[in-house]
This record gives sequence, C-alpha cells and structure tokens, in this order.
Amino acid sequence: MTDGILGQAIVYLAAALLCVPLAKRIGMGSVLGYLLAGVLIGPFCLGFIGHEGEDIMHFAEFGVVMMLFLIGLELEPAHFWRMRGTILGLGTLQIVLTTLAMALPLSLLGFSWQSALASGVALSMSSTAIVLQTMKEKGLTQTRAGTGAFAVLLFQDIAVIPILALLPFLAMGGSTADGMESTLLQGLPGWIRASSVLVAVVGVIILGRYVIVPFLRIITRTSVRELCIAAALLIIVGIAFLMKQVGLSPALGAFLAGVLLANSEFRHELESDIEPFKGLLLGLFFIAVGASINFGLLLDDPARLFLMVLAVLLIKACVLLAAGKIFRFSFDQNSIFALGLSQVGEFAFVLFSFINRLGILDSPRTDLFMAVTAISMTLTPLLLLLNERLVLPRFGTLEQERRQPDQIESVHQVIIAGFNSFGSTLGRFLRANGVEATILDNDSDQVDLLRRMGFKVFYGDVSRLDILRSAGAEQARILVVAIDNPSMTLDLIENVKKQFPNLTIMARAGNNLDAHELLDLDVRHIYRDFLDTAVRAGVDVLAALGQRRFSATRSAQDFIRYDEDAMVRLAPHRHDQSSYISNTREQIRLQEQLLANDRERNRLRHDHAWDNTSREMPD
Amino acid sequence: MKKILILFAHPRYEISRANRALLEPLHDLEQVTIHDLYEQYPSFNINSAREQQLLLAHQIIVWQFPFYMYSAPSMIKQWIDLVLEHGWAHGAGTRALENRTIFATVTTGGSRESYAPDGFNRHTMGEFLVPFQQTALLCGMHYLPPFLVQGTYRLTDPQLARFVDQYRDLLIRLSQAPPTPGELSGMERLYDLSAPLPPTPHD
Repeated sequence: MTDGILGQAIVYLAAALLCVPLAKRIGMGSVLGYLLAGVLIGPFCLGFIGHEGEDIMHFAEFGVVMMLFLIGLELEPAHFWRMRGTILGLGTLQIVLTTLAMALPLSLLGFSWQSALASGVALSMSSTAIVLQTMKEKGLTQTRAGTGAFAVLLFQDIAVIPILALLPFLAMGGSTADGMESTLLQGLPGWIRASSVLVAVVGVIILGRYVIVPFLRIITRTSVRELCIAAALLIIVGIAFLMKQVGLSPALGAFLAGVLLANSEFRHELESDIEPFKGLLLGLFFIAVGASINFGLLLDDPARLFLMVLAVLLIKACVLLAAGKIFRFSFDQNSIFALGLSQVGEFAFVLFSFINRLGILDSPRTDLFMAVTAISMTLTPLLLLLNERLVLPRFGTLEQERRQPDQIESVHQVIIAGFNSFGSTLGRFLRANGVEATILDNDSDQVDLLRRMGFKVFYGDVSRLDILRSAGAEQARILVVAIDNPSMTLDLIENVKKQFPNLTIMARAGNNLDAHELLDLDVRHIYRDFLDTAVRAGVDVLAALGQRRFSATRSAQDFIRYDEDAMVRLAPHRHDQSSYISNTREQIRLQEQLLANDRERNRLRHDHAWDNTSREMPD
Repeated sequence: MKKILILFAHPRYEISRANRALLEPLHDLEQVTIHDLYEQYPSFNINSAREQQLLLAHQIIVWQFPFYMYSAPSMIKQWIDLVLEHGWAHGAGTRALENRTIFATVTTGGSRESYAPDGFNRHTMGEFLVPFQQTALLCGMHYLPPFLVQGTYRLTDPQLARFVDQYRDLLIRLSQAPPTPGELSGMERLYDLSAPLPPTPHD
C-alpha cells in the first residue's frame, strides 16, 4: 500500500488530518499533532514508512527553508538593524555557553575533546521550525520571549555556516574532503571554498535586486496567479540550490532572499503565495522528525536515553535562563524563552551527520544524539504546555506584557484597498494629517510609480483575505475599500466582516445601486463616486448664475445630507419591484423618486432666522 | 430632576485645557447632555429644527465657551441667530423657551482683576455678556450670572481642579433646584452661590 508516491501521500496526509485536529482539540498545538502523526506511521508504531523517512526528511526540510524565507520577508532591514544588539548578544551568549556546558560533561564521559566540542555545538542548536510555529500559535511572537527566541534562532541559523566551515578542522586523520556536502566545489582548496561563501551571499543580494524584482514585475503584469506562485517557488528553490552547491545552509539563503524582497512591492503577494506551501511542508517536516525517532535505541536502554534528553534539556534551559536574566527578561518571559528553546533543533540533524561523516563522532553515538534531538523536539510543545498550565499560574508575576512601540509602527491603523485616484487622494489627505495608511493595489506599474514617489504601497490582489491579513488587517482599525469593481468590493466586504470583525469598513460606491448593495451588507460609511464633486460643481453653476455663494454652499451641504438619508430610506424598497426589471429601469425609478423627494423638501425649506418675511407683522 | 443642556463651542477643543477639565467629569451625569457644536456642525450648517427639539427636551441651558475678542466663538452667534428664531423663541407666536433657565460658562485668559472698569479690559464680564443676557430676556428665559474661570493660562492644576469640582456641584444643585431671582440679585459670578439652596415648594 505504501509503495509509490500516491500511497505515501495518502499515509502522510491521512495521518496529519487525523492527528492535528485531535491535538488541537486537547489544546496541544499543531506541531505536537504532526510529531505524533509521524510516530504513529513511523517504523515503530504502524510501520507505514520505514527508512524512507530520511528521504522525506530532505524534502521536508524545504518547509524550514520556506519558513525562513517568510521570516526574512516579514523582517524589514530597519527592524533587523534595531534588533542587532539582541541578535548578536543573546545569540553568541547562548551558543558559546551551551557548547561549553555540553562539552564539559561529555568529555568527562570519555569523549575526546574534539568530539565533545563538536557534539556540544550541534546540541546548542534549537529548532526554528518548532519554536516559531508554537510561539505563533500561542500569540507570543511580539512578546519579549518571542523576540528573544527569534533573535537566538536567527543567530543560530547564521552561525551554522561558520560552524560547517570550521568543523573539518576538528576532524582527525585528514579525511575532510569527502565530508563536505558541496558537490560543485568538491576537491577544491579551502580558500576557494571559503571565498565561495562570500561570493554566494553577494550573488544572492545582486540577484535579488537586479534580477528577481524586475522578473517579478514582468510576471505580475500577466495577472496569472499560478505564475506568481511558480515564480515564488522558483526563487526559493533556486536560492536553496545555489546555497547547497557552495555548501551553505539553504535556509540562510532563503532568509537572505526574503530580507532582500521585504522592501519590494511584492512582499505581501509573495507572503500569501507561499504561506500554504510552508504550512504543509513544515507539517511534513514535523512528521518526518516524529518518524525518525529511533525507538530501537529507546527500547535498548530507555533510562539512559531519557536521562540524556533530560540532561540536555536541563543544561540548555539553565544556560538560556541565565542569558535571559542578563537581558532582564521578567520571570514569565524568561521561563517561556528558556523552555521554548531548550530542545535540540533540526540543524543538529545536519550537523551530527556531517560530524559523523568527518569521523569525529562514531555511528552509535551519532544515532543516540539523533534520537535525543528528535525526542527533545517532540517534548518542546509539551514543556511549554506544562509551563503555561502548572508553572506560570503559581510562580508567574502575571505582569502585562507591553507591546514594544517599534512593532506597532509597522502596522498602520488604516488600510486602503485600491490605490486609484480615490484611494490616492484619501491617502494624501491622511498623510497630510499625520496618519499613515497601508495601501494595497494590484497594478504593479502603478505601485512602482507610487513607490518612487515615496508612498508606502504594496503590490497585492486586495480581494484576497490572506494578503489583507499580511497587511495587518488583524490589528488595523479601518479598512477603506476603494476598489473600482463593485462585485469585487462586495465579495471583499462580505469576507472581511467575517474574518476581521475589528475593522470598521468604509466603502466607495459607484452609484446608488452599488450603495444599496453595500447597505444590505450593513456598511454604514458609504461614499458614492462624484456625489461631492458633482454638488461642488453645482454650487459653482448656481454662483455663476448669480446666486449667493454662501446660500448655494449651504444648500449643497443640505443636499448631500438629505441624499444620504434618502439612500438609506430607499434601500429596503428597491426589492419591491419584480425581479425582471432591468438595472437601468430600476436606476431611473430610484432617480425619479429621489428627485421627487427633493422637490418636496425644497418647497418646505425655510430659513426663518435670516428671513425678514416672518417679522413683517407689527409687534 | 431638571435636565441640563450644555451648548459647548470651542474651535480647538483638542488643545483646550480648562474646558476639557470642566467637561470631563460631567459625562457620567445622566441629567447633563453635552452638545459639542463644532463637532456636530463642522461646516456651520446648523440644523435649527434639530436644535429646537433638543432645547425643548431640557429645562436648563448652558452656553459654554472660551472668551474670544470680548465675545463667544462665532459658532455660538451662528447658533443664536439660527436657532432662537423669531416666531419660535421670541416675537409673534410662541415663546417656546419661556421660563427656562440659561447662563454662560466662560473661560478667559485674562485675570478676574483685568475685567473691571479700572482694569486692562475696562469693562466687567457682566457688561461684555449683555448681548447674551438680553437675548435670554427677549426669549423670556431666566438669565443667571455667568460661571467664570479666569486667568486660565496661570491656573495651577489644584486651582483648576477647584473650579472643576465647583462646576460639577453647581450643575447637580441646579438640576435639583434652580435658584430664585432674589438669590441672584447683585451677584456677578455664579459660583458665589455658595450657600445651600432652600428646597423649592413646587418640587
């Protein structure tokens, strides 16, 4: 049954569909669900997937690559720069201290200093995939624990490169060359390999600026969504491939590409194109981790293995607690931070197999560490759950986590969907009054032009909810729908009302009929095209005909107010007519009704106060 | 309990210290309606019919404004012109607001001493407010002396807080029992009305 790719797919998907909702129902989060699914279908439990687990692993690591690309996308360089202190400080502290704290007991256990040091470095890695996913599900990404964890993980991902480069020096016996993963540079002298790292990084930067962005512009102009997704995937696969060729971490390359594209207008589009793939592939990755737990080792000597896992978790957590203390985390935040990062991460798989191939560590010990890594990853969501349920309620200081101001400023309170002349005028007015808006538009030429004029405009199909979400719809207060297309407007509003009840919707309507549709959706702020401009022109006409400008202007304001009242009053009645009446006839009927009401009103209109006729009678 | 309508006009309320402080503690008084005219009519296009309905629903009316160039901000004048119209509030026809109580709450930058015959401004506040007094009399309303918060630039926070408390107390007391004309004779400022009010027989 499990032969062939279709059978495999059925096993993986079914396991995920079964375990993840179950895990979520018990409040454990999806990561644990995936891991359990992996254990369930792995060689130990049902045996649906055997040693293919390793092949899957390579494929599934792509989920991690995509996640780092997305992290890069969300990280604007300015934000990155603000975090540099935390990334460098906390990151270095964590890796150096953990490595030493691991290497010392290992060398006492009879490891050579080389193997102890190499194992220590590998064990100091934490799991980007599990931690970030778990933090996101718990809504902790903006807390100090969240940003601290992010900084440490980012530093680890970057540190993997020099670590991979330096590990061969620890190898004894000189069998270094065949250990390198690189295929392109195999057998070349060390200095070429070292400089190739620099060349690759610079290559990605140049590629991003001068090839990828123009390429994306051409692609988006075709307006075929599949092509955009294909382009996004190609960028990531291409960069991952390039990085692998020179022996660098594909995840780091993807991260770099993400940061580069974060400032381009395609940010939101790319984000939402890749998001579903990332989720599934990450799920696959977690399943593979679950499946790769070597339960044989576990059965041989369960006590020893669990003791090791416990020791590793304890050492890492203690180091992290100390580091968090130095960076003045509160107890709550520090406990989440330390327990969250206490597992050994996916890079450890890469590092251990590399260390093994270099001959630094023998195979039984490598297997043991691999098992420790997998089990510690599985335990992370459980640890956080225990912390949340048992530790924090008793020992937590319960202090309210204050959001850091620099993260608020990147989410604007106003989102304008559709940067046409309506949207741009509105945007300019708001900006002139010190209110910045996030602007979305799907015309890449227009977006490019506006960006060059200094507006913060994002390219993206505004009718898609995922794009709205990445533009910060969950935190924003007002959504102004300025789209030209009425049916798109209605679809969007219908969805937004369900997904983002926090948003006040203000919508532009082409004419009365569109406005009535909006009223049916319970939109209270409706702006009909040309109502104000037409009435202003009307004032000029009246003035040119010799009427007083003040009277004409007051009359114009009354007209607009009355017209808006009438629009609301007439809306329910338009359904009275039989449905075969065409839109045109309906339109004419409504216009006539409005005009009739206007005549009625103008006849009744009086201005006693400034009108002498009422005082002509002698007192 | 009598209902109080505060007709508030300040073109730059967002930067006003004294008026903001005065109004803040009134929001939880159910008998007080704060009607912010610049907020309601940003283009000065006052809806007279609506304003008249609002007036009829209240027994005590307060004009509250900062003193600009010896008078109220133009919104108050616009409101008086349009809403207290001939044939409704005065003149032939009904005097719709007859016997209702009205007074002005005014903040001035100049000190109390500067508003005197021998002071910088050469006239008392009572004199400057004569048009408002006469408007009220024309409409048959009981005009009370003004509630004045003066020298606002130099008021310390504790001093301002005293005015704020007095204002709130005053409004609560007025809503329970408006003073008789005898109590008010010769009074220049409304917060001199410090003695407890005698209960009125018809309440």
